[in-house]
Amino acid sequence: MSNQADLGANRWRRTDDWDDRPLRKDLFAAEDPESGFSAFHGVADPKPGISIVDGKIESMDGVDAADFDMIDAFIAMHHIDVDIAPEAMEIPSEELARMLVDMNVPRTELTRLSRGLTPAKLAEVVAQLNAMELGFAYSKMRARQTPGNQAHVTNAKDDPLQMAADAAFAVALGFDEIETTMRVARNSWSNALACCVGSAVGRPGTLFQCSSEEAEELEIGMAGFTSYAETVSVYGTESAFIDGDDTPWSKAWLAAAYASRGVKMRCTSGAAAELLMGFHESKSLLYLEARCLCLQRGMGSQGTQNGGIDGAPLAASIPGGVREILAENLVAVWLDLECASGNDARHSESDMRVGAKIVPYLIGGSDLICSGFGSILKYDNSFNPSSFNGEELEEFLVLQRDFEADGGLTTVEDTLSLALRHQAIGALSHVLSDLDLAEVSDEMKRSVAVASGSEDTDSFDAGDASEISEKIRARGITVLDVIRSLHRGGFVEEAENLLFLVKLRLSGDYLQTSAVVRDGKVISAINDPNEYSGPGTGYRVSEARRKELAAIRDELTRDEVLRFEAASQGAESKRIEYRTMGAAKAGTDPTEIVVGISPGFGTKFYQTTAGHALSAVLCALRGGIEEEGCTMRTVRLLHTADTSFLGLSAARLSGSGVGIGIQSKGTAVIHQRDRLPHNNLELFSNAPITSLDHYKAMGRNAAAYARGEMPEPVVVKTHGEALGARYHARVALIYAIETAMTENNAPPEEIDVQFLGGSS
Amino acid sequence: MSDKSPGAMDYPIAETQPDRVVGARGRSINDLTIEMVVDGDVTMEDLRITPQALLDQASIARSVGRTMLAANFERAAEMTRVPQEEVVRVYELLRPGRAASRDVLMQAAMNLRDTYGAEKLARFVEEAADVYERRGLYRQRF
Repeated sequence: MSNQADLGANRWRRTDDWDDRPLRKDLFAAEDPESGFSAFHGVADPKPGISIVDGKIESMDGVDAADFDMIDAFIAMHHIDVDIAPEAMEIPSEELARMLVDMNVPRTELTRLSRGLTPAKLAEVVAQLNAMELGFAYSKMRARQTPGNQAHVTNAKDDPLQMAADAAFAVALGFDEIETTMRVARNSWSNALACCVGSAVGRPGTLFQCSSEEAEELEIGMAGFTSYAETVSVYGTESAFIDGDDTPWSKAWLAAAYASRGVKMRCTSGAAAELLMGFHESKSLLYLEARCLCLQRGMGSQGTQNGGIDGAPLAASIPGGVREILAENLVAVWLDLECASGNDARHSESDMRVGAKIVPYLIGGSDLICSGFGSILKYDNSFNPSSFNGEELEEFLVLQRDFEADGGLTTVEDTLSLALRHQAIGALSHVLSDLDLAEVSDEMKRSVAVASGSEDTDSFDAGDASEISEKIRARGITVLDVIRSLHRGGFVEEAENLLFLVKLRLSGDYLQTSAVVRDGKVISAINDPNEYSGPGTGYRVSEARRKELAAIRDELTRDEVLRFEAASQGAESKRIEYRTMGAAKAGTDPTEIVVGISPGFGTKFYQTTAGHALSAVLCALRGGIEEEGCTMRTVRLLHTADTSFLGLSAARLSGSGVGIGIQSKGTAVIHQRDRLPHNNLELFSNAPITSLDHYKAMGRNAAAYARGEMPEPVVVKTHGEALGARYHARVALIYAIETAMTENNAPPEEIDVQFLGGSS
Repeated sequence: MSDKSPGAMDYPIAETQPDRVVGARGRSINDLTIEMVVDGDVTMEDLRITPQALLDQASIARSVGRTMLAANFERAAEMTRVPQEEVVRVYELLRPGRAASRDVLMQAAMNLRDTYGAEKLARFVEEAADVYERRGLYRQRF
């Protein structure tokens, strides 16, 4: 390559630009199936198969029963239905794949067949679907019809006051479940009490869990503070399972233990956990997940937290990893499990990757779209930053509105947020004091109520929480003590809400698949089954719900635009006066520049979208025109509000043949009388970034054209702002009002502009 | 109260048959009012699920084809009789390397069967004992 030109650099600078983007903080791993880096095609993935003799499984997925590891053994004993397996395994994978996306094949038929399918077969089937098909099949196959969502409520100080306030806010947003965990392990009881009280504010029925060490989590559940658990993790290789210090039998034991105490539970598994733990056996992410999910069904778990989870960032570093996450979620719901579908641990520093990943779940729905939406700020999330956090909450609300898709959340007005936070802080402060756990000062309460995150608070820290936690544990305080305390303090509604929640465990109704509480009633895959069978079926956003989804903060309306303009009317009337002098005539002065203003200019609208007073804009134009030795004549055009026609009409009235057309919103054009309407001399289409200096330069150039020169065009530099997003809603409202003011064939009016010297 | 095993139509039991829902001390869910709690008449035992409630849920789960979930509820029904310390002790024994030999697990299974009448749980532990032996899980890990 010796003849390559000397460019003085060995790298295109665009590559530097790319390096600076958040995306490039992400690592991308090369596909390496031998080393376990394969989403769908592990070198050691077995071919699907099963051999059953006299109702006994002799081999499964290429392994003889005598060689089964403990995972194979558990799946063979507890997942495979030997009556269904011969029929189900006989169906070609392509056909099963088609059935998954066929709206005419009922979900229940597919879940029936799944009981006879081996992990390798399940993986082989879903691997045939592209991302769109996976998303569609997931939406068809998920268990409960009404979608829901789960929040993380934690903070960096384990401050119980903030936890209570944030829990109350999460409840108001509509989360069906709230999960907390601790910065310091021994703070679990304090966190549990705080979230438990906070989640009883506003409405009853939000389920709550405290992710903790297995035995302790069970104890906290038995004390009545928590209502569900999802930390029962399973793994897809025997070595990883043992390294996780459990077996399928020990985990299944826990599943029964939670149910025996009336506590809802689900297991957890996700792609790449085995890879992270170093025991991948050269098998693909998907195949290992299929094993995990068969295990979970076999254990009798009602559901799973599944879809990458802590391994999501690693899974997403592998080619096809995000598609694989969708695929494993599909296996989960095909196996008839409730699916809390991940979308928690943030898989990328790129907001765009995060936004893209959530879309299938948002539009297709999921039992719990996020198994941990960070309802708090990123730095307060004691799990890890989530895909969506307190920072990005409004983005999620807007995505719901964009797609008219129910992500389970609803905008909470600021005054209500503050009131709920105040109430939660009050309730918990009372309980802490009443049960002699801690004293709370008014300053602490105030600092927490308005704090966005723990960096803004002057409240309890992790050490204080440890003391509180130890007292709760040592004194054996239960939810009944808390209910009584709340009642004593006058927090009767919160006391009743909490009692409602603990009474749920008596019937066990919420132990069934995909159970959550809505409007004080348990809904699950039993009484709210997903029965999607094509357009018009399955979950549909009701009109009332659609309106809720639409009602985000600060929507712009026509009235609002007019109010905003009316507010500037007074000041502008002190700066400028537009005197109508009758019909405008064509001029003869070769030094005149006619400025054609739109119908509402200065009479209904008073500033450009950049915020410049229209008086100042006219003043700048005049300044530029006069600087170059020309004069400005102003006419109001009433037959059009279109920039091009404003400009051309002005030019045709102009003695120099050069005119400027300008709309109320500030869009302007320099035109010449002999040109076609859209073939102007200069167009200033980006009003929001057009400054007074630009208008002055526009005046100068118009004068130069009048003298027959060809000046350097004025360039309004953009910096890539999405001006349409920022202004078009307002612009369209303004423009509609202005076009309504036009009148066909109305003659132009001569305007005598008087600048009144009011400050502008 | 109906003796018939409930199915999907009977769900949620708390709404369709509230009389059927009682706590471990036999008190009906309808009696567990806030006033009773405030008066100190309610204990955590009153808020404990009964084996019957779990068997009802097992029956509902089985009626919609969720046999494994039903089996878990049935194991759980037995486990309501097992004290917390024993639940945690057996859990610990089932973790890898905790039991030094098959006999330890077989002993735990016998205890479940004989002391708590927990036949399903006992069989479950025995099943684990066999697999653990074949897979060499009785080795010490720490």
